[in-house]
Parts: sequence; structure tokens; C-alpha cells
Amino acid sequence: MYQYFYNLLGNEIAATLITAAVPLVNVLLVALIGVYLERKVSAHMQDRLGPMRTGWHGVFQTIADFIKMLQKEDAVSTEIDKKLYNLAPVLVFTGTFAAYAAIPFSSQLIGSEAEVGIFYVVAISSLVVAGILMAGWSSNNKYSLLGAMRSAAQIVSYEIPTAIVILSMVMLTGTLSLDKFSQMQTAYFWNWNIFGGADFGLVKFLLIPFMIVGFIIVFISTLAEVNRTPFDIPEAESELVAGYFTEYCGMKWAMFMLSEYGNMFAVSAIVTILFFGGYQSPVGYVGDLLGADWMIPLEQGFWFIAKGWFFIFVQMWLRWTLPRLRVDQLMSLCWKYLIPYAFVNLIIIGFISLI
Amino acid sequence: MKQYFKNTWDGIWTVLIGMKITFKHLFTPAVTIQYPDVKVKLPDRVRNRLYVNIDDCIGCDQCSRACPVSCIEIETVKGVPGEDLGTTSNGKKKALWVTKFNIDFAKCCYCQLCVFPCPTECIYMTDIYEFSEYDRNNFVYNFSALTKEEIEQKKINFEKFQAEKEAQKAAAAKPKTDTPPAATN
Amino acid sequence: MALKTEHMVLNMGPQHPSTHGVLRLELELEGELIKSVKPHIGYLHRCFEKHAEAMQYNQVIPYTDRMDYLAAMYNNFGYVIAVEKLLGIEVPERVQYIRVIMGELQRIASHLVALGTYGLDIGAFTPFLYLFRDREKILTLFEMTCGARLLYNYMWVGGLSHDIHPDFQRMTKEFINYFKPTIVELDNLLSYNKIFIERTANIGILPVDTAINYGVTGPMLRGSGIKFDLRKDDPYSIYHRFDFDIPVGKGLYGTVGDCWDRYYVRVREMEQSLKIIEQAIDNIPDGDVQSAIPKRIKPPKGTVYSRVENPRGELGYFIISDGNTNPFRVKVRAPSFVNLEVMGELCKGHLVADVIAILGSVDIVLGEVDR
Repeated sequence: MYQYFYNLLGNEIAATLITAAVPLVNVLLVALIGVYLERKVSAHMQDRLGPMRTGWHGVFQTIADFIKMLQKEDAVSTEIDKKLYNLAPVLVFTGTFAAYAAIPFSSQLIGSEAEVGIFYVVAISSLVVAGILMAGWSSNNKYSLLGAMRSAAQIVSYEIPTAIVILSMVMLTGTLSLDKFSQMQTAYFWNWNIFGGADFGLVKFLLIPFMIVGFIIVFISTLAEVNRTPFDIPEAESELVAGYFTEYCGMKWAMFMLSEYGNMFAVSAIVTILFFGGYQSPVGYVGDLLGADWMIPLEQGFWFIAKGWFFIFVQMWLRWTLPRLRVDQLMSLCWKYLIPYAFVNLIIIGFISLI
Repeated sequence: MKQYFKNTWDGIWTVLIGMKITFKHLFTPAVTIQYPDVKVKLPDRVRNRLYVNIDDCIGCDQCSRACPVSCIEIETVKGVPGEDLGTTSNGKKKALWVTKFNIDFAKCCYCQLCVFPCPTECIYMTDIYEFSEYDRNNFVYNFSALTKEEIEQKKINFEKFQAEKEAQKAAAAKPKTDTPPAATN
Repeated sequence: MALKTEHMVLNMGPQHPSTHGVLRLELELEGELIKSVKPHIGYLHRCFEKHAEAMQYNQVIPYTDRMDYLAAMYNNFGYVIAVEKLLGIEVPERVQYIRVIMGELQRIASHLVALGTYGLDIGAFTPFLYLFRDREKILTLFEMTCGARLLYNYMWVGGLSHDIHPDFQRMTKEFINYFKPTIVELDNLLSYNKIFIERTANIGILPVDTAINYGVTGPMLRGSGIKFDLRKDDPYSIYHRFDFDIPVGKGLYGTVGDCWDRYYVRVREMEQSLKIIEQAIDNIPDGDVQSAIPKRIKPPKGTVYSRVENPRGELGYFIISDGNTNPFRVKVRAPSFVNLEVMGELCKGHLVADVIAILGSVDIVLGEVDR
């Protein structure tokens, strides 16, 4: 995509900026629509209506909230560590946003066609942990620090099952690049990785149950990485502490929220690319039928965003169904259940792929 | 070991059952209404703000005595005989001028104990529940229909009548001391 | 040189997002483990017992409503039974049946609040709203009868303030048919959910002898396995005519007497209340509900203690009368007040996050604790 814009405009900087603007627009849209959709989905699940008065059925609610955040007084205490305090939301947002560089929105719309796609994504999302710890420490508040440490422990622990499942998928397909991942799962849904991959044969059918196990493990782990219920100890009005962003108000808090929704879309994107075909459509392309090649990337973009939103909907659905896990139960779930299952899964997939 | 696998299975299965329930509820219609535009229809026996039909009030003070929080204040002035105060809607003749009938709705606990003792059923509960005020003193509702001048007038009338009666009694008592204890008329 | 350590004192202050009124809990922590819990109460004290000495007997009834505001019918019930015992009057059969039906409907409504807010404390947002939707239907039934949704002033000494509405029986039967599948839904959504079980089983175990020594009553006692219910063991009104069961905690998912058992006892009690209402709603005899209400309530000198089974435990009224129209002394034995004392025993050895789960399972109402 960078090449395309460079050829179009001839200017390096302009091409870079436009390339970076596409995921930024996506993140902002996800946050805007995500907040509204969360309130509407939760309302309808609870037999009520949600926002109805700002605009038709409340569509301008997020904009109203955003304007409210903008005009809030930025009240900070004097005992905070100013540099770290101001740096923390920036770091959290950067960690989330930088992951979009390697995620392919369609076959033409990739930020950077690096060969180490998935490895880069896992590595750069760990920047979020540093941001959270900074936020908790610089608030100079006992409870924020406790909440930040719990959140950091949660994120770091749950990266392990994610990484193991990703490892097993990489082992199966032999490539790290997310673009090649998507291309190998062709445009028919029975060829997607959740159904065993594109090579027809005995291996494909043997792999299906283990792919499903892998999908469940990676979905749960990424849910924990974005701090959503049932793993939202740092975020909800938990029993005593209000989490690592207690001392933030106004725009800085909005940055944390923005990065949460951006993170939700990023992990949904990873899950779809690994298991559900990435940007490929489930039933073939209209562009192929009509012979119009230029339509195909647009359709792919549409399918990718639709699948991402579907998984965001599932995340919201889980939030409103399940109670919260206690911190030690959360840790025991990760270390005692998910990691052994992920390892066993890895070994079995390895054996099967030898057949 | 078996417990380990049972825990795993339980975890996944109960989560899926819960998810099915919330998904079904996604399509049931909402049970809430959009309040300021749509209001709930209240039943007939509902207990909200009181109303006093002062034309029917005979000033018996029963409601004020029944109230547990003493939010009703009633003051009456006896009518002079020969004055016609009117009749209530169920035919009783009124004998007292109700000069003050204040209900303080900030104190009222909406218990309905004042409605039952009223002999003419002039105090009853309506279905008005949206009567908030900015100033707490506006919560004292004055139901009396007499103006200040009229109240003064009634009081003066009654005091004159009392004074006359006193004078008459005094006049009737004086001859008692003069004449022997035989005749008084 | 050894490090001097001391226990940290944490204050879960009068205002916190997940309970049940203005209660202050002073926690003494060693790391995350709790060493002791001291409840501080009194933030909602409104001098009910002193007020009662200044009112006539029938004027006290609106005040009794406001003690346990989530189960106001039962507060009325206990008080009028006590005064009727003092006066020695018999109420008509129709009044007895209607009182039982109202009481059991109120028990369901109160348990709905307890279970909904318990789910909310644990983190499940949806069951709270589903249960409050069902509670609306019960409150509509009450509003139709006496005009108020929460504080009724319905049961008077010697009878009731209004007779039931002509539509009441039909709507109650509709409610019963509507509510039975809802309990099944609640079970599927919350009670047997693995995460909920993990949060509440084996937490806050109340041994039987501790329960009896502290004087705990109600679902807390039944959760520990003791089958004691005043409606069966010391029947008042006409409860001896109905056939219902007393659910006890059996330790299905943990040990007997943990938070899950107390939660489970409340869910099953709602079913039993439905059974009682079903038996009573079709058999209400005819009569006049206001025929036995005395004109002036002036009991002879004496004392009386009468107790009823509140949704939270044993609610007792002790009334001393000295022959006037005002009572000399009214003392209330509030179940939440006694149940709250056992928090210190229950929380020992648990983590901070469990205190909320335990407090939710005790099911206190601060209006009753502080009066």
C-alpha cells in the first residue's frame, strides 16, 4: 500500500502519512461505533432500550460523550510523577496502534508487508504492559498500583497461551506473514483453518477438533489481554480498587478507552486471520463472477471488517453473560488449564502434520 | 484428575448455556418505556399527592389527628349563629370557618391514614407524582379559600359574638346577686 | 534484625459501589488475607422505637414499613399480629388468607432483590435486570391493591386497609404461570454457572454451632443445613393449613453452609412461596376485611412478643402496653442486625475480594439493621 501511494504521489512523507491514516481511521471508527454498539447490545440483551434521545435511537451518543470528555477539567493531583503520568496513555495507545501495521485489511491494504507479521504483533502488544505499569505507579495511589500490578500480571500470563497457539498455527502453515496466512486460506469457507486448512486429505479432517480447541484457547486468552469480562478486574468497579486509571480524567482517560476498543479489534483481527480466513470471503467473490478485478480488494476489506465486528460482538456478548473471576482464579485458569491444553494441542498438531 | 476434566467441561458448557439465554433475550421486545414522552397508566387506588376539596371540609380535625407525621395544620373559627356557611355535598351543615388548612408535602409520608377518617370524603389522594419544587418552602400547600381580610373579619365577628355573650352572661348573673335566690329569667 | 510488620487497616467506607446501604466495614488485613472484620453501623438510625412511643398504635404502621423497606408487608404483618395478640381479637378468615398471599408475594419480591444484587456484586450484570423486571410485576399487583409500590401501610390492626381488587386473583395466577420458567432461566444463567460457583462455593462457611450461638435465623441458618422455619415450627396466622417444603443447604457444590448454599436456599424458597400462593389464591373465603378493625385501640396493660419469618430471618416485635392509646415501648428484633454480627466469623482466612461475596449472601438491609 505504501508503494501504491508513493507511485501515486511521488512524496515519501505523504505516502507514509496516508498509509498510517487508514488504520487510525479504523481505530477511531471502531471506538466510536463500538461504544455505541456496546450500550445498545447490552441494553437489548437486558430487555431495555439503551440510548434513545441523542439523535435517532441515540446514534450521536458517543459524540456527545466525546465532547463531554473534551471539556472536562484535567484535574491532577500534585504528587504524581508528571513525566510518567503523561507518557502512560500515549504508550498504551501506541502499543495498540502499532500492531495494526502488520494486519492486512485486504490483499492491497497492508501497512507493511513484513515477513515477520505475527511475531511483530505479539511483540509490540507487550508495550501495553509498560504503559499500564507506568500509569499505576505514577498515580501515587496505593490502589492504582495494586490494580496496575494485577493487570500487568494478567496480561503477561495470558500472552503465553496465545503465543503457544500461534506457534502451533505457524508450525502448520509454515509462514509468519499474516498476508500469506490469509492467502493460503482460500475464498471458500471449508478451506479455512478452523476446518483444517486448504489441503484436502486425511490430515484436514484429523485437525478439525484440535483447531477448535486452539481457537477456544486463543479467544479466551485474547479476551484476557484486552481486560474484558470475565477478566475485567482492573477495569470494572471492582470490589475495592478502581484500577490503574483512577487518577485519569478527561482526554487521557478517553485515550485509555480508545486503546481498549482498538485492542479489541486488533485481537479479533488476529483470531480471524489465524482461523477464519482473514480477509477472504466465505463464498467466493462477486468480482470474480463479473470479471471486475478492481472490486476484489474492496470486497476483501468488507469481509475483514465484518468478521472483526462479529468477534467484537461475541466479546460483548460474553461480557454481559458472565460474572467476574477473582484474581487468583484468573491466574489458575491460565497456568493450570490453558497452558497445559495449549501445549498438548501443539504436540498433537505437530504429530498430525507429520502424517 | 477426573475433576480436572469435569471442571473444564463444566466451564465451557455452562458458559454456552448462559450465552444462549442472553442471545434469546436480544430479540425479545424491551420492557421499558421512554419516560417523559410516555407515562405509565396508574391504577385507581394509587397514592400520590393529596387534594382537599375545601368546600366540603367541615373542619373536624380528624385528618390532622390521624396523620403520623403531623403534616396537616388546621385552624378554625367558630361561625356566628345566624351566619350561613353552606352545606357540604352530602348534606351536612357546616359550622366552622376553616381559616388555615396547610399540608406540608415535604413531610407527608403518603400513608393514606388521613383519607379514611374524613366524614365528608373531602381529602383524597390523586395520581399526581410530578410536583417537584426548587424551594422547599413551596411545598406547603394552602388549601383554605378565605383571604386574609376575610379571616380577620371572621375572627373579629367571632370575638364580638363572644364578647356579647359574655356581656349577656354578666348581665344575667348580676340580677342574681340582687334578688333573692328565687327567680332568674 | 526482623522487620516489624503490622496489619493494614482498610476501610470499606459507608459509600461503596457494591452494597446494600450505608455500612462501614473495617478490615484488618495481612497482605490479602483478612484477620478481622468489624462492622460499624448506625448511619441510618432514624429512632423508630422512640417514634413508636409517641404515636397511636395504628399510626405506628407506616413507620414499621420503613424499617425493612424491601419486605414492607412482613413488617406490617409482624406488628399487627403482636397488637392483635395484645388486644385478643380474631380477624376474619378472608383477612388471614389475603395476608398470607401478600406476605408470600413480598417474600418473592425481596428474594428477587437479594439475588439480583448478589449477581451484580459478583459481576454478572444481566440477571439483575431480568429479576427486577419480574419484581415489577409483583409491585404492580401491590399497587393495584393498596396504591403504593414499596411502603404499603396495608395490614391494619384487625384487618386490611383495602379489599383486594377484582382483577387481583386473575393477575396473580398469570404471574405464577409467568414466573415458573423465569426461575429455570435464572438457574441456567447464574446458579449453575461455573464462574459463579467458583466465586461462591466454599466461601464464608457457617458451621452449625456458630450459627446457633450467634442467633442467626432465616436463609442463613437454613443454608447451614438446619431445617428451622417459623412458618412450620411456630406457626402464626394460617400457615399450618398449607403444604410446603423448607429448602435447606446440602453443600451441592462445596461444603454445607457456604455462600452458594445460602443463594440456593433463596432460589428454592421462591418456588415454595409460589406453591403457597397457588394453594391460597383460589380458596379465599368471602367476608369483610374491615369488620374487625377496632374504633379505638387501647390494649390492656401487658407485654407481648410475637415473631414472624421475614425473608431475612426471624422478625420479632416486643410491645409493652400500659393501657394508653400509645404503646409504652416497642422493641424490634431485626434479623439483619443479628445476622450481620456473624460476618466477623465468616470472613476469617478469606481474601479481600471474598468479603463482597460474603456480604451479599448475608443479605442485609440497612433500614432494618439501624432502624
